[in-house]
Amino acid sequence: MSEHEIDTGRRKMLTVSASVVGAVGGAAALVPFVSTMSPSAKALAAGAPVEVDISKLEVGQKIQVEWRRKPVWIVRRSQEMISALGEVESKLRDPDSEALDMQPAFARNANRSLKPEVLVLVGICTHLGCSPTFRPELAPADLGADWKGGFYCPCHGSLFDISGRVYKNVPANNNLEVPPYKYLSDNVLLIGELDEEQGAV
Amino acid sequence: MSKQSGGIIGWIDDRLPIVSFWEDHLSKYYAPKNFNFWYFFGSLALLVLVLQIVTGVFLTMHYKPDAELAFASVEYIMRDVEWGWLIRYMHSTGASAFFVVIYLHMLRGLMYGSFKEPRELIWLFGMMIYLCLMAEAFMGYLLPWGQMSYWGAQVIVNLFGTIPYIGEDLAVWIRGDYVVSDATLNRFFALHVVAVPIVLLGLVLAHIAALHTVGSNNPDGIDIKKNKDANGVPVDGIPFHPYYTVKDIVGIVVFLFIFSLVVFFAPEMGGYFLEHANFEPANPLATPEHIAPVWYFTPFYTVLRAIPNPFFGVVAMGAAVVILFFLPWIDKNKVRSIRYRSFLYKVNLAVFLVAFVWLGYLGMQAVTPMASQMALRLSEVYFIFFAILGIYSTRRTAAYYLFWFVAMVAIITAYDVFRNNADIAALTWKTWAIPVGYLFVTLVLAAFTNLDQDKPVPERVTG
Repeated sequence: MSEHEIDTGRRKMLTVSASVVGAVGGAAALVPFVSTMSPSAKALAAGAPVEVDISKLEVGQKIQVEWRRKPVWIVRRSQEMISALGEVESKLRDPDSEALDMQPAFARNANRSLKPEVLVLVGICTHLGCSPTFRPELAPADLGADWKGGFYCPCHGSLFDISGRVYKNVPANNNLEVPPYKYLSDNVLLIGELDEEQGAV
Repeated sequence: MSKQSGGIIGWIDDRLPIVSFWEDHLSKYYAPKNFNFWYFFGSLALLVLVLQIVTGVFLTMHYKPDAELAFASVEYIMRDVEWGWLIRYMHSTGASAFFVVIYLHMLRGLMYGSFKEPRELIWLFGMMIYLCLMAEAFMGYLLPWGQMSYWGAQVIVNLFGTIPYIGEDLAVWIRGDYVVSDATLNRFFALHVVAVPIVLLGLVLAHIAALHTVGSNNPDGIDIKKNKDANGVPVDGIPFHPYYTVKDIVGIVVFLFIFSLVVFFAPEMGGYFLEHANFEPANPLATPEHIAPVWYFTPFYTVLRAIPNPFFGVVAMGAAVVILFFLPWIDKNKVRSIRYRSFLYKVNLAVFLVAFVWLGYLGMQAVTPMASQMALRLSEVYFIFFAILGIYSTRRTAAYYLFWFVAMVAIITAYDVFRNNADIAALTWKTWAIPVGYLFVTLVLAAFTNLDQDKPVPERVTG
C-alpha cells in the first residue's frame, strides 16, 4: 500500500468502533449521575416501621401517625359504621379491593383491616396524592343525604367510604392504600411490617 | 467587512467579527416594515428573561434550599434583606409576566402563520422554550416551601406515578424520596437555578439564529425577500436598528409601567400570582382545602381533570401540549396571515381562544358536576380546533367536510355513551351540543357556503 492511498475500509472500521466504545462509555458514565437522584441511604432508613399505641383511641376517633413521611390514619370504627359498609357497596367502584396490588391480603374485603373496628389507611388520595379529610358524619349538607361517612378529597372531589373504598365517578380510580401492619399486642400496632401468617403484600 | 481598520473597534474586529455581527443581526437585518402591536412580545420575552436571571441571581444570594430553612429564608428576604421584597416580587411577578408575554407571542405566531414553512424550526425551538419555562415555573414554585409549593409539587410529581409499571419508581426517583421532601427541594433548586436556565439560553440563541436565517414573518404573511432592490435589500424591509429597536423601546416602557403597577400594588394579584396558601409553611400531613396550579398551567390542568382515568388524563394533558409542536405540519394552508384567511378560519381561531381561556378559568375552580362536564367539552373543542385547522389546509369538497363532521360527531357521541351513567346523563346530553355545534359551524357551513374561501394575498405588504 502506497503512502498516500487512503484505506477507507479501515478508517470506517476505526470510526465506528471508536464511536461504539465512546457511546458505551458515555452511557456507563450516566449510571452514577442518574443513581444520585434515587432515595439516599438516609431517606431509605427514614422508611423504617413505626409503633403506635391505640389504647386511648376512642370510638369514632381518627388519629394520624407518620410512616415514610406519609400520613397514616387509624380509626376506631363504631358498630354502625361497620354495618353501613354493606349499604354503600352498590356505589363503589371496587368494593372487594381487587384492583390494588399494594395492600396486604387481609384488606381484600369490606373491612379492609385485621380487626374489623380498627381501620388503618395511608391517608393519601390515590388520584394525585392529596390528603383527604375525615368526614364520619351522616348526610352532611355538602356531601348529600346518602353519605354514610367516609373520606372526601378536597383537591379533586374524590369520595371514599369508611373503609377507604373509592366511589364510582370520582377522579380517583383506586381504593385508599392499606399499609402493611401487624399487632404487637392487643393495643400496639407496628406499621410498615406484616405478620408472616397474614400473607404477602 | 473589516473596512473599519484601525481604532479599538478595528483591532477587535480583526480578531472577532463584531462589526459583521452587528450588521447581520441589527443594522443590516431587514425586517418587514409593517410590524404591528403583536410584534412587541418577542423582544419583551427577552427582557423578562433578563429580568428573571438578574433577580434570580440576587435571590440566590439569600435563599437557602433546605426544607428546614427555605420558608424562613424567603420571609427573611421579604423582611430583613434591604430591598429584598422588591427583588422577590419582581421575580414572582416576572414568572407570570413571562407567561403573559409568551402566550401573546404564541398567539401572534398562530394568527399570522409564523410557524409555517420555512419557519418550522423557529416554532419548534419556541415550543421547547415554552416547555423549559413550564419546568422553570414548576420547580421555582416549590422553592418558597409553602403549602401550595409542597402540594402542587406533590400533585405534579404524582402525575408521573400514573404511568403503568414504571410510574411509581419514576416518581420516587424524581423526588429522591417517598414523598416530596428536602431531597426534592434541593434538586429542584439545582435544576431551577443552573440546569434549565442554561438549556433555556441555548434554545433562545437557536430560536433567534433560526429566525435571522429565514427572516421575520409579518402581519400580511408575505415573503419580503421575493421583492428586492438593486442592492439586494428587500423593498418592504427596514433595518432592525434603529427602526425596530426604537419601536421596541416604546413597548418596553409600556410593559415596565404595567409590570411595576403589579409589583408595587398587587404582587399577589389576588392569589393568582402568589397563592394565599403559600404563606403557610409546607406541611406534609395536611393538604390545603383547595389546590389549584398557578394560572398559566390551568388550561392544561383542566384537560387533565376532564378525563376520569388518571393515566389517560395525563396522556390527554401531554397531548394538549405536544400537539402544538406539530402545528406546522397540521395547518398546511399556503395563506399565512389571518388577514387573508377565510371567515370560518377566524371563527375556528376565536372559538379556540375562548375555549383556552375558559379551560384556564375552570382549572382554578373547584370541581362540580357541571364544571367537569364543561372541562371535557372544552377539551374536545381544544383538540377539534387542530383537526379543523388540518382540514382547512386547502378547500375541500362538500363530501369531505361532511364525512369528517359525521366521523367526529360519532367519536364524541361514542365516548359519551361509554362514559355516561344515570347521575350525569342530563348534563352529558345538554353539553353535547357544544362540540357538535362547533363542528356544525366549521364543517357543515364549510360544505354548503363559501365561508371557507380564503382571500387573495397581495404582492406587497400593506400599511
